[in-house]
Amino acid sequence: MSEELLQKMAQSIIDGDSDVSAELARQAIAEGMDPLFAITEGYVAGINKVGDAFAAGDAFLPELVMAGEAMKAAVAVLEPELMKKGTARKTLGKVVMATVEGDIHEIGKSLVSTMLSASGFTVVDMGVDNPSDKIIEKALEIDADIIGLSALLTTTMIRQKEVIEKLDARGLRKKIKVMVGGAPVTREWVQKIEADGYSEDAIGAVQVAKQLMGAE
Amino acid sequence: MSKNIKSITNPKLKLEILTPAEVKQIHDATLHIIEHVGVRFPSKRALEIWEASGAQVDREKKTVRVKPHIIEEALKKAPPVYPLAARDPQQDLPLDGNHVYVGTDGCGVEVIDIETGQRRMSKLDDVRDIARIADRTEEVAFHWVPVSAQDMPPETRGLHEIKTIWENSTKHVQTESIYNEREARAAIEMAALIVGGKENLRKRPVLSLMQCSAPPLGHDGGSIDAALLAAEVGIPTGFMTMAACLTTGPATLAGNLAVGNAEVIAGTALLQLAYPGAPVFYAAAQTASDLRSGAYTGGGPEDFLFGAATNVLSDFYNIPLSMGSFATGAKEPNWQAGIENSLSTFMASIVMSDMLLGVGFLHGSRIWSFAEMMMDCEIFDIIHKTMQGIVVDDETLALEAIAAVGPGGNFLAQKHTKKHMRDIFLPEFMDRRPYNEWEAKRDDARDWALAKARRILTDHRPDPLDPKISEEMAKIIALEEKNLVHA
Repeated sequence: MSEELLQKMAQSIIDGDSDVSAELARQAIAEGMDPLFAITEGYVAGINKVGDAFAAGDAFLPELVMAGEAMKAAVAVLEPELMKKGTARKTLGKVVMATVEGDIHEIGKSLVSTMLSASGFTVVDMGVDNPSDKIIEKALEIDADIIGLSALLTTTMIRQKEVIEKLDARGLRKKIKVMVGGAPVTREWVQKIEADGYSEDAIGAVQVAKQLMGAE
Repeated sequence: MSKNIKSITNPKLKLEILTPAEVKQIHDATLHIIEHVGVRFPSKRALEIWEASGAQVDREKKTVRVKPHIIEEALKKAPPVYPLAARDPQQDLPLDGNHVYVGTDGCGVEVIDIETGQRRMSKLDDVRDIARIADRTEEVAFHWVPVSAQDMPPETRGLHEIKTIWENSTKHVQTESIYNEREARAAIEMAALIVGGKENLRKRPVLSLMQCSAPPLGHDGGSIDAALLAAEVGIPTGFMTMAACLTTGPATLAGNLAVGNAEVIAGTALLQLAYPGAPVFYAAAQTASDLRSGAYTGGGPEDFLFGAATNVLSDFYNIPLSMGSFATGAKEPNWQAGIENSLSTFMASIVMSDMLLGVGFLHGSRIWSFAEMMMDCEIFDIIHKTMQGIVVDDETLALEAIAAVGPGGNFLAQKHTKKHMRDIFLPEFMDRRPYNEWEAKRDDARDWALAKARRILTDHRPDPLDPKISEEMAKIIALEEKNLVHA
């Protein structure tokens, strides 16, 4: 029975169907399946399949995003059960994602958030127009490993530098890594502000985050 | 020195990309979106104007839902024809639907250095150099702020940029890099210095303002406030959608057009509700995101179709269009750049888009290349020539010359040939040399284009801006900077 359920879970991720993935999670709880087992043996198998297909050029970004969303929906159902059991899902790291102050662009940042959480990171997405101090406070509050900063304008990009300087001033640079992104962000800029990592797209951002965590 | 500006006018070529019925369908879909889904206007002032105009306003979400008749009535107040004025009135650009003008592209962050060939961060001197070269070409009719002056303070960067362009060119300046009310106010004061007072800007707008929307279905608050300020003094203002299939717009082209259209016409209607009759334009650079990375592509068949379709929409609303063309995603001037920039510009030209943006960039409008700028100008020359089509009359049928040559022989020594040979296009950057000659040198368009840009930069002396005006502009900027320090 459980084998069939696990396969359905994986398939719901491959199909990118959040309704089905959440429903299967509820079914698993009702049947007494261990929630961590459901995630790792069911849903993650699906994510890995989609990831492999993407790498092979057979799947495209929308399919990755939908798989990520379906994963999130299932985990949301299973998380309270995990808490009850006192077990926690293994996370690759905690990330605060934010678009900087004065900037309202968030498509790219949201995409990175989805990709990171689908890849096993715990992500808190603060949305747009976030003052530097607020971002740092949030990072401290959740004990974040990484802050991800997005900016689309050359005039707001300087806030990425500001966050890094503020972290520096508070002696937090070793504890919290900073990765940056956005259309105007170039390697030269990244070097100038001494960010720990950057990527030009969401897939690359996952690799960078993994590297920062020493996972790859 | 020639002050001539080259534009496409009275074209012979035509294209029907959308039928009137299809345009109506897109329009109706757009009105449906604005009425039922809503558009976000995160500006207190904008929301007040919408509320006073009878729109349904959600203050918390900062969105408005508007009945179709309010939008349609407002859009009717927009003037269909007006000029973009230049510092030199000979270079004014009538936006009358019968001219296609090219500008420089804008908002780049890196430059391939004209001397060293190294890629580096852009600065104010680059804005100056590009403006000077653009001033000399016939193809570039007006300026966008080509690259970001990243060595200037972010709070006044947009002002340094337009001052530098005015100091180095007599042509019209359209800024796309000012997106808050404070900077817009200072920019208007600066423009007023050129025409001798703010009241003259309405007649002679030497500055126009382009604001990007925030797709899907949103605007930036600062942009909206800046646009309202510009519309108040009669400075032409446009909203540009860059809705991209897959990410900020639907995967389908028609749906993407509708989303972008909703952003643009809702913004445009707002300006007309606030200041009826204010000169406005439609602006767009839709694209399809890359299937694998989701990245901005800056080219591809979708872009070409959007380029042609959007002018049909702006014609439907009877306002001028500023259309994204060129802006290849290629990393260097190459095969991809040639294809993307030629086809996007051709498709936007054949429907007579009023303004095309613009020449000079690589990597999806991020990296400025002087060689690409010059080659883009030649692409426009080729399209300019092509758009003239084939003239058929007694003179061009050349029956006398044909009879004089008869079977065999050639036309080289005919008077008719001498009379018309200069109608034949002569490229600057295409390699038509004998193979041996190429083999000996192995140079190509990129080398010649760069050499031309260098030559212009060395030789060209633009008509200077009155030093007193320059000084006054500097004072406005300095005051702005001082106020910020004390704020």
